[in-house]
Formats: sequence, C-alpha cells, structure tokens
Amino acid sequence: MTPTRRRLLLAAALACLVPPRLAAAQQTAPVVAAASDLQFALTEIAAAFTRDTGQSVRLSFGSTGNFARQIRAGAPFELFLAADESFVADLDTEGLTEDAGDLYALGRIVLIAPKGSALTPDPRMDDLARMLAEGRITRFAIANPDHAPYGLRAREALMARGLWDDIRPALVLGENVSQAAQFALSGDAAGGIIALSLALAPELAERGEFALIPQDLHAPLRQRMVLLKDAGEVARAFHAYLQGAEARTVMTRHGFELPEG
Amino acid sequence: MDWTALALSLRLAGWTVAILLPVSILAGRALAYRRFRGKRLVEALIMLPLVLPPTVFGFYLLTAFGGASPLGQLWTQVFGGQLVFSFPGLVLASVIFNLPFAIQPAQRGFEAVAVDLREAAACCGMSPLRRLWRIELPLAWPGVLTALVLTFAHTLGEFGIVLMVGGSIPGETKTVAIAIYDSVQGFDDRGAAIMSAVLVGISLAAIMATTWLSARIGRRLG
Repeated sequence: MTPTRRRLLLAAALACLVPPRLAAAQQTAPVVAAASDLQFALTEIAAAFTRDTGQSVRLSFGSTGNFARQIRAGAPFELFLAADESFVADLDTEGLTEDAGDLYALGRIVLIAPKGSALTPDPRMDDLARMLAEGRITRFAIANPDHAPYGLRAREALMARGLWDDIRPALVLGENVSQAAQFALSGDAAGGIIALSLALAPELAERGEFALIPQDLHAPLRQRMVLLKDAGEVARAFHAYLQGAEARTVMTRHGFELPEG
Repeated sequence: MDWTALALSLRLAGWTVAILLPVSILAGRALAYRRFRGKRLVEALIMLPLVLPPTVFGFYLLTAFGGASPLGQLWTQVFGGQLVFSFPGLVLASVIFNLPFAIQPAQRGFEAVAVDLREAAACCGMSPLRRLWRIELPLAWPGVLTALVLTFAHTLGEFGIVLMVGGSIPGETKTVAIAIYDSVQGFDDRGAAIMSAVLVGISLAAIMATTWLSARIGRRLG
C-alpha cells in the first residue's frame, strides 16, 4: 500500500470515531417515548410543533409496557405518552414522574383484514366467529397482551365474543400494535385487531379493510401522558402544545376520541 | 434514508473495532500460544455471545449496566449520566458481544505462525514485544484483519442488544438496524428497502476489502 493510500485509510477509520457535529443541535432535543398507535398522529404534531416554535423533539415509538420498563431502568425520556393510563399510575406511585399526568386521548380498536383475505371485517366479529367455527383461521395478529395495551384490549374483545379459546392457537403476537398491524396485513394472516389510529393511516388504508369494534366489548383505552422527572423546557412546551387546538385536531383526524377539556 | 442512524452505526462500529483491536491481538495470541488451567472455559465464555440469543444477552447487560447496578452507579459517579440508553453503554455492550468475532480469527492467525520460526526469533535474542511486532503480527495479520472486519460488519447489523440496551433514541442509540425496524413498523417499505440495501453494500464492501488486502499481504510476504 502506498503511504498516501495508507493515510487515507487511516483518516477514514478515524472519521468513524468522531462524533457527528451536524447532529449536535439535534442531540439536545428531548426524547419523547410514545405508544406505537401514535406513530402517524404524533409525527404530524411534532412537525407542526417545530414549524410553529422552531424547537424540535425526538420521537421513539414502541410498546407502552416496554417503555415503562425502560423508564424504571433509567432511560432518559422526558415525556411519556402511554396507550394505557395504568402504566403511568404505576410510574407515578414509584416517584418517577412529575405528577399523575393528563388524559390526552381515548383509543379505539378495529378488526382489520388484508386485501384478498377470506375474512370480512364487521363490528361484532361475526364473520370471524363463523370462520373460526369452520376451522379456517390459521393466523391472526394482535399485539402482545402481556405488555401492549392494545393487545390487552384485543384479548378482552375476543373474550367478550367468546372467541378467545378458539383463536389462541392461531395468534401471532406483535411486540407492539404497529408490528401487530404489520403481521395482520402481511397477507399470510386472515387479519388482526389493531388501533384505529393505524388503520386510518394512508399507508395501511390501501392494504386492507377494517371495522370499528364497539366499545362495550372492551375496557376503554384511556391514554395518559406524563412529564418525567428532569423534563426540560422544550419537553414542557411540547406537552403544552399537545393540549392545544391544533394538536387536538390532528388527533381527532387520526381516529382518537378526545377527553373533555 | 436515515443518515443520522447510519452515521451512528458507523461510529459505534468504529469504536468497537478500536477497542477490540488490542484485545484481539493480546487475547488471540495468548490463547494460541499459552497453555493454562481453565483455557477451555475461557474459550467457551468468549464464544458464548455467538450462541446466546441477543435478547438474553441484552437483558443481562441491562441488569448489569442499569442505574441500580454497581457498574451503573460507578459510571454515573465518574462520568455523570446513565450507562444504559447511552452511546457509551452501546459501545460497551457491542464490545462484549463482539468478543468471539474479534478473538477467534486472530487466534487462528497466531496459531498459523510456525513454532520453529518463533523459537528461532527467541533464540536470536529478540524481546517478546519485538517478536510480536516483527515476526508474529506480520504473519498473523490476515487473521487479525478478518477479526476487525467481522467485528465492524457485525456491529452494523446488530439489532437485539441495541434494542434492549439502547432504547431507540435518535442520534444517540438509534442505529441503522433499529431505523430499518422502525421504518418497517411505520409502513415505510421504501425507506426500509433503501437502508437495507445500503447496509448490505457496506458489509459486502468491507468483506471484499479484507479478502483483497489479505491477498496483497500474502503476495508481499510470499
């Protein structure tokens, strides 16, 4: 190897170790942990927030239960938007949050089927019951009920319709509701139960059909957000922005019902 | 295409390689030449990350690095800030997880150096350090180089541990593998496809570069 080439190679190797200066401004933006049903709505609200205030936040989407666990392990999130308020209540009891938080939305679940599926979604899941009885459901996706609130509500709805025991062998569990949606629309599954906010997104709407599951089949998805200890100014500003008129309009458009106030 | 995530992955791989380079040389050489009690156990321990599921490993690391652990507390006292969900935490996890990829090929490289050559060098009165630098390293170099490239490429693709210990924080712990996962979940198939292709390209280039370099080195020495 020539000395010039050797020097170039060394420079390239060293460049890998240098912190990227370009991202320095972004590094200080607070990190918001959000339930994955907020994937599309919150991305839109965050963009509007940056446009209106010039400040930015970093969004991390995942399952509510996993975030709660990471917060206990010391994850540096400043704002947490949970899909179910019980997780916020637990963190509050443990003294990890600033207060008891605010109710920001009520989530809904839908039965969804990919294009070409034999399953026709209807609100009370009658077609699903019929296909199950005929033994024609081999794959059905929900989020993992152990730590994902949408999975928990999906289980409740299936139990309320008396379908849980029959559908269990066919279940594929998503790590969060986004992944459940991914599985449900993969084409290999007959369908699944996911968040209305995801089903309404254009990226999903073109891939399948869905029906809103009535609220008497499951407990409400009371979604609560909370500022965590050590939350900075930008996180507080975003928290306030989320309760403003524009953010509320976006949330409604994405299929969330809003609490009074 | 998430350039921040790609830059972060490259930086993580760079640090992992930089830390593991001396480790692979020293540990690889020791395992190749020394006989000692419990050598098989040490070798097995180094190989463990190869067979353990990354999530199991990530879980242990999360427990070992967490704010409640002695290591986590020591880190916070000395440097401030958290070890888990931070870039230094990722580097530490990545170093441990890459031990087999860094040490194994280097060990094979040192084993390939002929015994009589080493003994001749010792008889000529060369110091151990000089022996390592002038005789062993030039001959074991292809193995060490393979170790470095494997470590680099493997770090770029690592997913399970980063997800457990990292927490997907943009610009800090969201590597390109996580970014691909996130874009699939966000139904951004195009973004996922582009990032995956870039990752495949870089890994392929790295591996091809090693075979090319070893061939050149082989020719020069032969």
